[in-house]
Amino acid sequence: MNALTTATVAHEPGPTEPAAFDIELIRRDFPILAQQVNGHPLAYLDNAASSQRPLQVLNAITSYYQHDHANVHRGVHTLSHRATDLYEGARETVRAFINAASVREIIFTRGTTDAINLVASSFGQQLAPGDEVLITGMEHHSNIVPWQMLCERSGVVLRVAPINDAGELLLDEFTRLLGPRTKLVAVTHVSNALGSVNPVKQIVAAARSLGIPVLLDGAQAIPHQAIDVRDLDCDFYVFSAHKMCGPTGIGVLYGREALLRELPPYQGGGDMILTVSFSGTTYNELPYRLEAGTPHIAGAIGLAAAINYLNGIGMSNIAAWEAQLLAYATGRLLELPALRIIGTAATKASLVSFNIDGIHPHDLGTVLDQRGVAIRAGHHCAMPVMERFGLPGTARASFAFYNTRGEIDQLVEGLRLAQRMFA
Amino acid sequence: MQAPAHDLTDLYRQIVLDHSRHPRNQRRPDRFDREAEGHNPLCGDKVRVYLRLDANTIQDIAFEASGCAICLASASLMTETVHSRPVDDARVSIDQFDRALSSDNGAGLSGDLAAFGGVSQYPSRIRCATLPWKTLRAALEAAPGTASDTVSTEPMRTFR
Repeated sequence: MNALTTATVAHEPGPTEPAAFDIELIRRDFPILAQQVNGHPLAYLDNAASSQRPLQVLNAITSYYQHDHANVHRGVHTLSHRATDLYEGARETVRAFINAASVREIIFTRGTTDAINLVASSFGQQLAPGDEVLITGMEHHSNIVPWQMLCERSGVVLRVAPINDAGELLLDEFTRLLGPRTKLVAVTHVSNALGSVNPVKQIVAAARSLGIPVLLDGAQAIPHQAIDVRDLDCDFYVFSAHKMCGPTGIGVLYGREALLRELPPYQGGGDMILTVSFSGTTYNELPYRLEAGTPHIAGAIGLAAAINYLNGIGMSNIAAWEAQLLAYATGRLLELPALRIIGTAATKASLVSFNIDGIHPHDLGTVLDQRGVAIRAGHHCAMPVMERFGLPGTARASFAFYNTRGEIDQLVEGLRLAQRMFA
Repeated sequence: MQAPAHDLTDLYRQIVLDHSRHPRNQRRPDRFDREAEGHNPLCGDKVRVYLRLDANTIQDIAFEASGCAICLASASLMTETVHSRPVDDARVSIDQFDRALSSDNGAGLSGDLAAFGGVSQYPSRIRCATLPWKTLRAALEAAPGTASDTVSTEPMRTFR
């Protein structure tokens, strides 16, 4: 029962050698991009909120439901075996993608938020009043609120390492806040509101030299660069499928096996137990102990298909193309008078947060939408970041490997229109 | 499904742009006897409305706001609409404005307020226009000398 399988599955091609980067071929894989919105070609520049899915992912999900669906880890029948093989095959695909040591370290969750809540709930149970969790001033609400809830429950104290005016973590301040009471560091790898890439290897080294485990929120990092959790040497790494061309409703908690083994279960239910009786229950092994109930099987299969797709393009090709887009977008946006970029860290992921004097971000968002350009406007679920910069919100254009310079030009033209309208 | 394209000038009519650039009655008055704060947690817009009532008439109304052009213009035109008017008239105006944008596709607004009719075609922006009016309603219902609880365009889920 529940034997881990790493069998190769017919519906999942293994990682292939990256081909040359051909943007036109890539865009053909994303039918959603080829549409008109409000009479203009869609320029989808809201990838930090959610990316789009290629046909390869859609087909993998459809094929699963058409041919292979049954519940996993239960059946003696053929479909259940197939579903289990696909689901556990997806776990192996994830393991390989982030170079985890074992599939026992890959926990499927509902997403990044769920993964952080799992750690806050289960790891948090081991903390005592006065213990501290250290985060930074650039976290998404999902890496703030679960810790605040833990603080209310258990008297744990939340510490926040400050950032500078460029949106960079002040590493000295961060290091100073590490102490004997610090029981966990939880830091975003890449800021969703500013684009800043944190010096996570230095963060992990500083914390682990004091024996403090580190959780990295990789939601905004994993779509853009190769992630190697053993190279990072972090203890937990969390991310969502839907920001990396996979389905919504599924994500991953990577945890160092020795740490996961000590975690009390998060939720109780089926699949996470070995035996249940009214006199007591014995829990299952990792990873199942932390996955109660029927999982999002199709989601895991879709995530694996997304990973195979990204591997086919090559994460280094993706990073290189996006670096070009970021440089081009930054240059073009700065041509506009009265535009200010919020988040000017030396190392950034491919997104630009900005404001234009005298025009509220929401008005920018509406004008751009009428020109077919989709961006995010608002606080980006990072209100403390907005407060730090004294802003109600920003406009944010965030790029994926399927975006083009032409779409950035369309963004700039839309912003010029807004400036004429509101002048 | 292809949503129909709307003319941006239908949303941002000249009078809306004018009031957003130069909001009327945007100040914290020296004297007021009721106030309320409104908040749209989805976009972060905030409005504070101050009232001075006398014999069931709005003697003075002013507001402070942090918000988009639609929100500022709506607050500005709202103060002009209800200034010096009986409280009951103000309540009628609030209901009319809310109904016009929420269910009547922008119809039923008269005078300068008709400029907001186009907002009904932009579902994500309706709250921007209605927030000041919801806040005025709360201020009217506030006990004299007190501030009401913050009203919200959304069901509130507060976490301290």
